[in-house]
Amino acid sequence: MDKQPLAQLTKISSQVRRDILRMVHAVQSGHPGASLGCTEFFVALYFNQMKHDSNFNMNGAGEDLFFLSNGHISPVWYSVLARSGYFPAEELKTFRKLNSRLQGHPATEENLPGIRIASGSLGQGLSAAIGAAQAKKIDKDDSTVYVLMGDGEQQEGQVWEACMYAAHHKVDNLIATIDFNRQQIDGPTKDVMDLKDLKAKWEAFGWEVIETFKGNDMEAVLEGLEKAKSLTGKGKPVLNLLHTEMGYGVDFMVGTHKWHGIAPSDEQLENALGQLEETLGDY
Amino acid sequence: MDKTLDLKYTYTEKKDTRSGFGDGLLEAGRKNPNVVGLCADLIGSLKMGAFQKEFPERFFQVGIAEANMIGLAAGMTINGKIPFTGTFANFSTGRVYDQIRQSVAYSDKNVKICASHAGLTLGEDGATHQILEDVGMMKMLPHMTVINPCDYNQTKAATMAIADFEGPVYLRFGRPSWPIFTPADQKFEIGKAWHMIEGTDVTIFATGHLVWEAVVAEAMLREEGISAEVINIHTIKPLDEAAIIASVKKTGCAVSAEEHQLNGGLGDSIAQTLIRNNPAPLEYVGVNDSFGESGTPTELLEKYGLNAENIVKAAKKAIARK
Ligand SMILES: Cc1ncc(C[n+]2csc(CCOP(=O)(O)OP(=O)(O)O)c2C)c(N)n1
Ligand SMILES: [Mg+2]
Repeated sequence: MDKQPLAQLTKISSQVRRDILRMVHAVQSGHPGASLGCTEFFVALYFNQMKHDSNFNMNGAGEDLFFLSNGHISPVWYSVLARSGYFPAEELKTFRKLNSRLQGHPATEENLPGIRIASGSLGQGLSAAIGAAQAKKIDKDDSTVYVLMGDGEQQEGQVWEACMYAAHHKVDNLIATIDFNRQQIDGPTKDVMDLKDLKAKWEAFGWEVIETFKGNDMEAVLEGLEKAKSLTGKGKPVLNLLHTEMGYGVDFMVGTHKWHGIAPSDEQLENALGQLEETLGDY
Repeated sequence: MDKTLDLKYTYTEKKDTRSGFGDGLLEAGRKNPNVVGLCADLIGSLKMGAFQKEFPERFFQVGIAEANMIGLAAGMTINGKIPFTGTFANFSTGRVYDQIRQSVAYSDKNVKICASHAGLTLGEDGATHQILEDVGMMKMLPHMTVINPCDYNQTKAATMAIADFEGPVYLRFGRPSWPIFTPADQKFEIGKAWHMIEGTDVTIFATGHLVWEAVVAEAMLREEGISAEVINIHTIKPLDEAAIIASVKKTGCAVSAEEHQLNGGLGDSIAQTLIRNNPAPLEYVGVNDSFGESGTPTELLEKYGLNAENIVKAAKKAIARK
């Protein structure tokens, strides 16, 4: 896919947010909060940053790869995959329904194009991404591996096992991003289990860390990803601490854990869609 | 379901079994100051909020760190404390198997591993969360008691009973709203099968949500002139072998019904018991070596062959093999 310009990326983001809300509403389940919060990130990756082929190939030789560790935000990923041509946008209708390829959490079992490993049980994606990055090194494939994790997810021990490993093995073709929305299921992360200074922690483990302070501003997200990219290949894995707002784009959903995993009612959907322009045509 | 069915047990209300756990935990906490709770960022889903509110000093939010939670619970048992850990069944077992094996089961710690959202009926979240192997993993562990109650009332009673019981326990329950058809004042006896319906042609051994499907199946079979015995196996380990053998001696064949893989589940435990003591035809109702998927609980029970109709079919097959 050709790199889309900023104005187009912003348009796509609005449509992706509509898709997320309509998918979750239709089945009255799923996770809109961080899906909305990570929309700019996904759109920037798939429509501008990554070298990838929507004619999906599991091995992805010569392509940049993306892994989603916080699998519950599948709505944003499915929308972006559909909108970038991996499968028809029409299929978004089947999200979480019986016999769908669009499982509640991303899966390979039903062969949905774009998915390379199942996720949903938190804490596992970084390890898989590191493995893929090392496989690329063996193959002398100089593309980049991307992975997204949640911030609450940082509480899982496996994240830190992987973190230590990647620095030790100089996995420098890897850009990990943390969706730093400061929310998780039971409340704000600082109340549930304080993450304290994440940046210092990752740096202490030997990573190159950049912060994207405006994770819902497309320009800032692009700038962050460009910077992260420029830091690859220098002997250290790269972490992008992406400050986002859960529920961004819908005034009554923004900034609270309450929208982590519930669906809007009919009226709430209507209200929310009124705040988001239909730019590419609803599915 | 056919409205005209003459059911031996009926219900006026539906509720999730996890609420039975939450309410049982609160009562156990009121009765016994040694009861402590731990949860890994799922307080609402596990219905542990009331306990947390009433006993904040005896409740610990662990964050999304299940392995740590099991280790904490094992350590917390010193001086008589009784830790109840709460998370989804997948993250209560497979995620932390070695922690349970070494720190809880082998070390024989009085930890109650309380697991919600077990099986297919959690619905739309799909296969990553729908664990169907947990009973197998847990029953293989020496020292471990495995309990899978059938409705809100039985889950509440079981939760209170395990607080009074010394030893590691795996308590399995679920997410969906489900008929409440057992009495509120029941006495829960760990390891004692409950004869719910007497019959002569076939015995249906059911556990968890599928006990309700077995009750429906019994009425369907009766309409066709088949007399089925229904036994509620809320405790999968230790298994009430005497009750199983006695019933199958009478009926001559059996069906097992569970929301779990056929490999390693209740059916396998019953098969072992029968083979050793009283060989007889046994048909299995359960998931046949596949993962689940997203869908509604009813759709999934139908697609994976776990509802009353499937129990009826299995019963006829077992009878034909006599
Ligand atoms: C191993 C594991 N434990 C628990 C859960 C249940 N769970 C799903 S999302 C979530 C909260 C995740 O927090 P965060 O990573 O901050 O994601 P956000 O809420 O921001 O979307 C939890 C506890 C899970 N999916 N996997
Ligand atoms: Mg978060």
